[in-house]
Amino acid sequence: MNLLFDLLPVQATEYAKQVDALYLFILAISAFFTLLFVGLLVGFTLKYRRRTNDERPEPPHEHYTLELVGGAVLLALLMGMFFWGAKLYFKAQRPPADAMEVLVSGKQWMWKLQHPSGKKEINTLHVPIGKAVKLSMTSEDVIHSFFIPAFRVKNDVLPGRYTQVWFKPEQEGTFHLFCAEYCGNEHSRMIGYVRVLSQDAYDRWTQNLGDADETPVQAGGRLFAELGCIACHRPDAGALGPDLAGVFGHEVALSDGTTLIADEDYLRESILVPQAKLVAGYAPIMPTFQGSVNEEQLAQLITYIKSLSN
Amino acid sequence: MSSAPDTSASAKPKNYLNEKITVSSWLLTLDHKRIAILYLVSLLAFFLIGGLAALVFRLELMTPEADVLRSETYNKFFTTHGIVMIFFFLIPSIPAVLGNFLVPVMIGARDFAFPKINLASWYVFMFGGVLALVATIAGGVETGWTFYTPYSTMYANSNVILAVCGAFIAGFSSIMTGLNFIVTIHKMRAPGLTWFRLPLFIWAMYATALVILLGTPVVAITLVMIFVERAFGFGIFDPSLGGDPVLFQHLFWFYSHPAVYIMILPAMGVVSELISCFSKRRLYGYRVIVFSSLAIAVIGFFVWGHHMFVSSQSTFAGLTFSFLTFFVAVPTALKMLNWIMTLHKGSVSLASPMLYAFGFLGLFVIGGLTGLFLSTLATDIHLHDTYFVVAHFHYVMVGGGVMGFLGGLHFWWPKITGRTYPEGIAIFAAIVIFIGFNLTFFPQFQLGVHGMPRRYHVYPEEFQVLHIASSTGAMVLGFGYLIMAAYLLWSLKFGKIAGKNPWNARGLEWETDSPPPTHNFHETPVVRHPVYAYEYASETSNEPDVQSEKGHV
Repeated sequence: MNLLFDLLPVQATEYAKQVDALYLFILAISAFFTLLFVGLLVGFTLKYRRRTNDERPEPPHEHYTLELVGGAVLLALLMGMFFWGAKLYFKAQRPPADAMEVLVSGKQWMWKLQHPSGKKEINTLHVPIGKAVKLSMTSEDVIHSFFIPAFRVKNDVLPGRYTQVWFKPEQEGTFHLFCAEYCGNEHSRMIGYVRVLSQDAYDRWTQNLGDADETPVQAGGRLFAELGCIACHRPDAGALGPDLAGVFGHEVALSDGTTLIADEDYLRESILVPQAKLVAGYAPIMPTFQGSVNEEQLAQLITYIKSLSN
Repeated sequence: MSSAPDTSASAKPKNYLNEKITVSSWLLTLDHKRIAILYLVSLLAFFLIGGLAALVFRLELMTPEADVLRSETYNKFFTTHGIVMIFFFLIPSIPAVLGNFLVPVMIGARDFAFPKINLASWYVFMFGGVLALVATIAGGVETGWTFYTPYSTMYANSNVILAVCGAFIAGFSSIMTGLNFIVTIHKMRAPGLTWFRLPLFIWAMYATALVILLGTPVVAITLVMIFVERAFGFGIFDPSLGGDPVLFQHLFWFYSHPAVYIMILPAMGVVSELISCFSKRRLYGYRVIVFSSLAIAVIGFFVWGHHMFVSSQSTFAGLTFSFLTFFVAVPTALKMLNWIMTLHKGSVSLASPMLYAFGFLGLFVIGGLTGLFLSTLATDIHLHDTYFVVAHFHYVMVGGGVMGFLGGLHFWWPKITGRTYPEGIAIFAAIVIFIGFNLTFFPQFQLGVHGMPRRYHVYPEEFQVLHIASSTGAMVLGFGYLIMAAYLLWSLKFGKIAGKNPWNARGLEWETDSPPPTHNFHETPVVRHPVYAYEYASETSNEPDVQSEKGHV
């Protein structure tokens, strides 16, 4: 994607192409009127420029033909835009009956997703190509907004009620997922990816998160990003969780005043029951990953965290 | 001009500036012109604060990572920028400065109907402004200027209550100003100044005042609701207390959408005056412009839901608000048509105020047309809450509102101060501001179309090039404003004496001295001609034009 020259972002659904056709229609009308207006502005300014200070132009006559005709033509064009936009809006509001339902829960500052198979993930949404997917969304705290630019879909995610978004991806690849409604300090880190996989790869994924040819450290690093760990466990000062580089095998000060040496069991417990032994200086905000990672992945994550201390 | 006794003989004519010069004569003044100056100085201070906040976060956005600010601080900076610029600069800008100065003079009155309420409005405004500033300095506010619930009421960890109180109080000053405008325009017009002889600036002020009076109480109530939920835990908006978060958005936008017209209608009024003067003729379709202002004021109250197409409001509500929104476009477009047709067969001069009017036209046409993408349902879903909205909003509010304010300030500067500024450097500054503005905001349309969400502190790398362009533009824009500040200040002492009517314009304000005397006119003017009577020698004379104007530039 080259932002300087591409008029439009990648179109990964049929609906995206339809929205873009409407976008280009409005763009063409806007460009036409802009050029017409600026052309007249420049033309009149040059042609009727003041040549002497005692020029005395005729006052304009009061007749409204131009206004009436101009207003009517404009209104017709605007109604065209309205109906075209409304037609697509109906489409966006009505998911097909056979759509696969994924549950989405937003919280400051992550997306938690659950597939029909029961599989859970955070900040990355895996979906199969060519299949309609409906997201049923709610928030645990403030208003968020679920936005996938490549699909041209967006809807706010509210506490206390369910909203939905649906799409049918037609291109394999990885696409941005953003929170579009300002939701607090780390709003800009409430982001992730949508991975569109072949049906086959999606089925394999729902059974086992790993790819066969990755090393445990590579798999753990990928999980660390996909599960959203990386959003809080960062080296910079504003991070919400402790930086994990150099933790393994070293002393850790806990919030109850005691210390311990971080070993595999401690890492495992902290992933599954984060509040059990909280590191001093951090708020108890990490969610449990019990159920979202299996034993194999847990081992991969721990291997990765260990590798950060080598 | 024709009849004035030659004031040049007496050493220094008394005017509103030099009649009394003590501090208390300024702080307790009931003179609308001095109150306008009080507003001007305070608003420019707020503009400076809001502008500096923008420069800081634009600097941060030069790189995708966090380097200058922490996320929390970044959020406080864009919130400060929004609150200060909207509630304490744009909303009061043209009405409180130019409107306060000009409404009585342009209708041939001595002052407003309620001069004490006018002075009170400034104090109320300053009290609200100081509260908001204290809120941003003592710890900050990080809700965004929109105060969306339940974030603002239950989750934000900052001075929300203080900032809300500031905006609440400032609203009353708007109401006082609006009230004064309506009563004064109804009751105090000079003999012969019928409704359809009113300058379009006055019509714009009238339409704006209507919106202020009808809309501001609603936002006041809304802000009180935030206060009681946050301070006392009354469940209004937070679902965990039994409230409805979307209710807030309905109430907020019921005011804040019309507030956009509070910011843009006055600028349209200024531009009408500028185009008439610098084309030397009555505006094409004067009555159409009058009724389009009133139509915008009325229709503007029925379109608030277009801010909420993805908020979970019903499909039917989405359709209705989209449909109604397109009807605001028509009167707005008719104004553009009338302005351009005024140039046709006119006598067009490119003096510095006219450059700002042209700047307004060029930027507002883009701001207005990009609004179509946002009123169309399907395209709005994609563009909502992205930089496309940021760019659209700034093209309308800065490209429209601020350009109008600056054009008006330059046009009436000789009337307000009695002196002219250096024209060459003013033209240079106007061009720098125009270029800086476009460099700042045009790339943001492209950012938004490609999905860059607004209010992001860190962002994916592919957006960086356009962010660098935008930040560079912000610095050019700031530089343009600095040049302008420099020559305007310089002109206060060293500018050439302006005389009554340096632009050879029509309108009662140009019939009196520059600066005007405290009571505005030496004798009550009588209007004998249609508005913008460029075919007559002056507003009050009976004579068709003779050669008497050769002496003017």
